[in-house]
Amino acid sequence: MMEIMEGSHAVAHAVKMCRPEVIAAYPITPQTHIVEALAEMVANCTLDAEYITVESEFSALSACLGASAAGSRVYSATTSQGLALMFEVCFNTAGMRFPVVMSIVNRALGAPLSIWNDQQDSISLRDSGWLQFYAEDNQEATDLHYLAYRVAEHKDVLLPAFVCFDGFILSHTYEPVEMLTQDQVDSYLPPYRPVLRLDSADPVSIGLFAAPDYYMEFRYLVDRALKGSAGVIQASGREFGEMFGRDYSALVEEYRLEDADCAIVAMGSICGTVKDAIDDMRKDGIKAGLLRIRTFRPFPAEEVRKALDGVSSVAVLDKNISLGAKGAVCMEVRDALYGTQIPVQGYIIALGGRDVRKKDVRNVVDLTRSGKGDIFYGLRNEVLK
Amino acid sequence: MTGDSCSLFEVGHRACGGCAAALAARTILNAAGKDTIIVSATGCMEVFSTPYPETAWKVPWIHSLFENNAAVASGISAALKKQGRKEKVIALGGDGATFDIGMLCLSGAFERGHDFVYICYDNEAYMNTGIQRSGATPYDASTTTSPAGKCSMGNRRPKKDLPAILAAHGAPYVATASIAYLPDLKKKVQKALETEGPCYVQVHAPCCTGWGFEGEKTIAIAKLAIETGLFVSYEMENGTVTRVKKVVRRPVEEYLREQRRFRHLFRPVRNDAEIAKIQAIADKNAEKFGIDIKIKK
Repeated sequence: MMEIMEGSHAVAHAVKMCRPEVIAAYPITPQTHIVEALAEMVANCTLDAEYITVESEFSALSACLGASAAGSRVYSATTSQGLALMFEVCFNTAGMRFPVVMSIVNRALGAPLSIWNDQQDSISLRDSGWLQFYAEDNQEATDLHYLAYRVAEHKDVLLPAFVCFDGFILSHTYEPVEMLTQDQVDSYLPPYRPVLRLDSADPVSIGLFAAPDYYMEFRYLVDRALKGSAGVIQASGREFGEMFGRDYSALVEEYRLEDADCAIVAMGSICGTVKDAIDDMRKDGIKAGLLRIRTFRPFPAEEVRKALDGVSSVAVLDKNISLGAKGAVCMEVRDALYGTQIPVQGYIIALGGRDVRKKDVRNVVDLTRSGKGDIFYGLRNEVLK
Repeated sequence: MTGDSCSLFEVGHRACGGCAAALAARTILNAAGKDTIIVSATGCMEVFSTPYPETAWKVPWIHSLFENNAAVASGISAALKKQGRKEKVIALGGDGATFDIGMLCLSGAFERGHDFVYICYDNEAYMNTGIQRSGATPYDASTTTSPAGKCSMGNRRPKKDLPAILAAHGAPYVATASIAYLPDLKKKVQKALETEGPCYVQVHAPCCTGWGFEGEKTIAIAKLAIETGLFVSYEMENGTVTRVKKVVRRPVEEYLREQRRFRHLFRPVRNDAEIAKIQAIADKNAEKFGIDIKIKK
């Protein structure tokens, strides 16, 4: 049924239908509407879960880790500083192979303090071993939670997953969203059956320390599982499409790319604006197209290379920056295109909530076609004086 | 030593000879029984008991990080509740994990009232990293980050009163114990497990390597800590002290002179003023808890 819902509430309802047994979260803007909605469901007995009101994000993820180890499906949500505080636990959760699913309502990282959107928070955890999905709109933000649990809990994956969607731009925006029914979710997402759990009937030790003669193999296994999860995402995304009509089998989305001259690569809600800008440019004879990265980890290098084959230039929009180097998506795209002659220009854009309009996208395409890139786009030079 | 013929804490682990923490682990597990889930903080006990692919733990055991064992235990406790399981949850940590870096998680878990027991094996410094000062290090102890020197007498601060802090959270049962009195430790662990809500047991666990004494003296040193009044063994129920181990007190010097960490109080010259300050700490403990057995003459 199609409903007009706030993004956060749509996500909260999707999470509820995934039947998490334990939820642990700490309030932080702009994530709060999700965890408030879940707390209300628990208070009204419409969601049968243990809700732990932890004293920090660090404990939120630690509690999820513990509950997952005890064999429960778990959920948390955070953003920005909260995710930064979880840094240590993020690496640990992936290393210990617990399929925690966490919503990241993307927000800038301080300093300076900013509550507004960019993707620096989740991007900064790209090396932690979590799957990372980025939603373009609230429909996708909702659906990706079902997919994330399905993939994370798959016996060949057993890794945690971020479902990332842009703070305020999506989380606080009302959009039509097609919500699945509980029966539909149950038919797609079976109850969590842990491969290993803390259980006195079958005692195991989890989280041993590894000397140099074992450590590397553990890291290799996480990397292998994360890379291998691409196949599970494809199969699970295809099945979702067959059951509910929205296909998530591809890790990327192509928009008017088949005959494009200049390709834009981006992630998240900015892609809606980019698509509109492309439609306008096409009317003016500018052959632009979009490659949207939906799954940043595992990174779909092969799909990117195939999709960009034949374009004459690439513009990558990064709502993040690896300070002292480049935007994270730009680096990945360059790496994926290594050995081709396709020039890739990177643009750091929309940091800390700065608005991006259709004319900005057109400007970026113009810059790319004239070979000017690897810049912060839209700086206010009067502030820099 | 505990009188238990079959231990849930397997032999063959890598603890030093004379390690009090290992003795504590064995006693705790045998008190708790097999239906117990252990959450270890990073530290000596975790490292010496679980070098991959070996483990000394014959109950379900997990280690995540240094400072989050109380939060992990919260999650486990919540999951067990949701699943309708009856296993007990014990979070185990050294004094560094408990008094210092894990304080946030510990406070949160106690305030929320999860049903679990937190046990701190208190060896009064960061032993796993090489004897650095913690919030549990006693006054004047020389550690590698509070070394005694020409212008320092070692650690400048008294030990943090963590049991009182946790009692102030509304913990229904808080106890201190010593590895010198294992039946007492066992009883306290069992009482903590039987009490609903978050309970705390702090076990004084001398470290021969870190404190500087021979491994065969561990029990004797632990006993001296109690007998001098520098460590008090007591129980608090709902914030009130209900039971205290009474002693015929000995002068603190008998305890201090046995340990390398206090050697600077006696050599090269005896420092009566500092020894008197430590004696005053013991006297204050004795008065506060009423530990003195009065001998009629």
